[in-house]
Amino acid sequence: MTMAAPNPTPADRSTPGPLRVLLEDGKLDPEHDPKLSLDQLVQLYEHLVLTRVTDERLVTLQRQGRIGFHIGSLGEEAAIIGSAYAMREQDYIFPCYREFGAALMRGMPYQRYIDNMFGNANDPVRGRQMPDHYTCRAAKFGSVSSPIGTQITQAMGFAWAARIQKQDLVCLSYFGDGSTSSNEFHNGLNFAGVFKAPVVFFCRNNGWAISVPVERQTASRTIAEKGIAYGVPAVRVDGNDLFAVIAVTRDAVARAAAGQGPTLIEAMTYRMGGHSTSDDPTRYRPQTELEPWVSRDPLERVRAHLEQRGRWSPAQEEALRTRIDAQFKEAVAQAETTPPPALDTLFDEVYGTLPWHLEEQKRELLAGPRAPKAH
Amino acid sequence: MPQMNMVQAINDALRIAMKRDDRVVVMGEDVGRVGGVFRVTAGLFDEFGDERVIDTPLSEGGIIGAAAGMALYGMVPIPEIQFSDFIWPAYDQIVSEVAKYRYRSGGEYPCKMVIRTPVGGGIRGGHYHSQHPEAQFIHVAGLKVVCPSNPYDAKGLLLASIEDPDPVLFFEPKRIYRAAKGDVPEGAFTVDLESAQVVREGGDVTIVTYGAMLYECLDAAEKVAGEGVECDVIDLRTLWPIDVTTLTESVKKTGRVVIVHEAPKTCGFGSELVSLICEKVFYHLQAPPKRVTGFDTPFPYTLEMEYLPLSHRIVPAVLETARA
Repeated sequence: MTMAAPNPTPADRSTPGPLRVLLEDGKLDPEHDPKLSLDQLVQLYEHLVLTRVTDERLVTLQRQGRIGFHIGSLGEEAAIIGSAYAMREQDYIFPCYREFGAALMRGMPYQRYIDNMFGNANDPVRGRQMPDHYTCRAAKFGSVSSPIGTQITQAMGFAWAARIQKQDLVCLSYFGDGSTSSNEFHNGLNFAGVFKAPVVFFCRNNGWAISVPVERQTASRTIAEKGIAYGVPAVRVDGNDLFAVIAVTRDAVARAAAGQGPTLIEAMTYRMGGHSTSDDPTRYRPQTELEPWVSRDPLERVRAHLEQRGRWSPAQEEALRTRIDAQFKEAVAQAETTPPPALDTLFDEVYGTLPWHLEEQKRELLAGPRAPKAH
Repeated sequence: MPQMNMVQAINDALRIAMKRDDRVVVMGEDVGRVGGVFRVTAGLFDEFGDERVIDTPLSEGGIIGAAAGMALYGMVPIPEIQFSDFIWPAYDQIVSEVAKYRYRSGGEYPCKMVIRTPVGGGIRGGHYHSQHPEAQFIHVAGLKVVCPSNPYDAKGLLLASIEDPDPVLFFEPKRIYRAAKGDVPEGAFTVDLESAQVVREGGDVTIVTYGAMLYECLDAAEKVAGEGVECDVIDLRTLWPIDVTTLTESVKKTGRVVIVHEAPKTCGFGSELVSLICEKVFYHLQAPPKRVTGFDTPFPYTLEMEYLPLSHRIVPAVLETARA
């Protein structure tokens, strides 16, 4: 009698490897090369560095007690910048909350972003939300909310509306691996599959949802395979490979624009920092887990490629970082000295016009004593 | 002037809104081919096609989430939640997203829509087809809440809601969908949001209500008139923002108030009405305000007529208030 072979565990089964374009040797796989000019590539690299440096400086600012909160994208910059870059001028982005780099690249003024970090009078959302919960319609960039996944279904609805109104417009929704457990992931993909909405679902699979690893979000081998059940084509991509991210997102946008419906992109990346400045990842993940990802740093990979092609030098790197530092310092100086929003703005835009009960409460607030300065 | 019931009046309003503005779309479970389980959207699918009268997958959260996206784009979605008892999977989208979008985006992304949903008991529907959950929405900053009691108001308030810049919860009392009939003008007209109506006048007691319970209150008012007690009966029509002036003017006159609603008593809308009355016209009161409401239990099936605040419970409450 022989023992039956044990059921294969998920890890035993092969998983499709993510698409990679920027190879170990710094060369590009010609089959999927998005064919960027060197000027475009330099511009993209500068956006990557702007995102990284701003991120690091904001963490410092939070540690100094000058801002209350920051939620960053350390290690995920290529996934964010690459996908946003692949969107066309008329397309819209529905953010999660880690994509300030995309908003800046799409045209959100740097000063307004820093104003949002301080919640001051010039904050585009008038100090009504935590830092990193900005909005910029002019950049065709949505509004950030904290509950998980809500933007996935909304992006689907926005894209669907555009199609009903016969406008050539594609929406991209960002979300993390944790969001794939939400009702909204199901709703968004299911509706998009049924109605063939021109939407790109972009999952930054960074391995962690605060302290919970992706294995606790799903028993599926991949996030991408979830697309199959919804009739939504899916692709896995190396999220730390700027070129590959651009290539797959461009394909997804082209499919959507051609009326072929949604695509789910699973970008394999890694959250190199904590969930936010309120989080201490050393409490739940070993430092050794980060090490392989350090060598996959998405910025280093692009820089190495640029250097190989003779288009980037240490001097340029230094000049860029000096420039960003100055830009950051100037924006912070301005934001820090900008007063908080006027008291009566508390009541604006709750409704289109102020109803009687808010009018009454506004009078009460304005006539009453002022609160102690908490922060 | 044509006679219509509530279903016909709402259907008429939807057709008018869709004809004059191609941004208006109707969406939800069974709203298309079959015209809705109550036939409120009957005929619209044939007239406007499946991109404007949209049968959706069976997910309330998905319906409102998708409608939110459409609204952000600039369309005017009118999603239907088949029974208001099923609205809770969409609560997050309604409360944290739809109601907050304008505010949280600094005015850049208004999220206007009209969420239609049948409410109320007395149809032998049991707990999951009978509730009246207005209080949970009135409490939410950014929402307006409407509940008509007759075909004229249903049409006029729905058209006003569709024109309004803010998201509106439009509760349709299903018990009187076909029972309430009346003259309804052809073509477009609106009934102002935030305007209550004094349906019956009397100087002794103010009865405040809305939706299907209006008819129970009118019946009770007629009965107590036989005992010499004359009532103002106020149909609030728009629950929030409320027409507080009509309410307080009546209470100033009568000094006595009875509030009637189907929803459970504790933290029901009646609680807010009593608070408003106490804050604004306390010194005119001559008797403690009284609430006649559903009980703080789940909505029952067999004993629903005992649960509902019908005329037989309103009459003694009014008499007691009148004589207090």
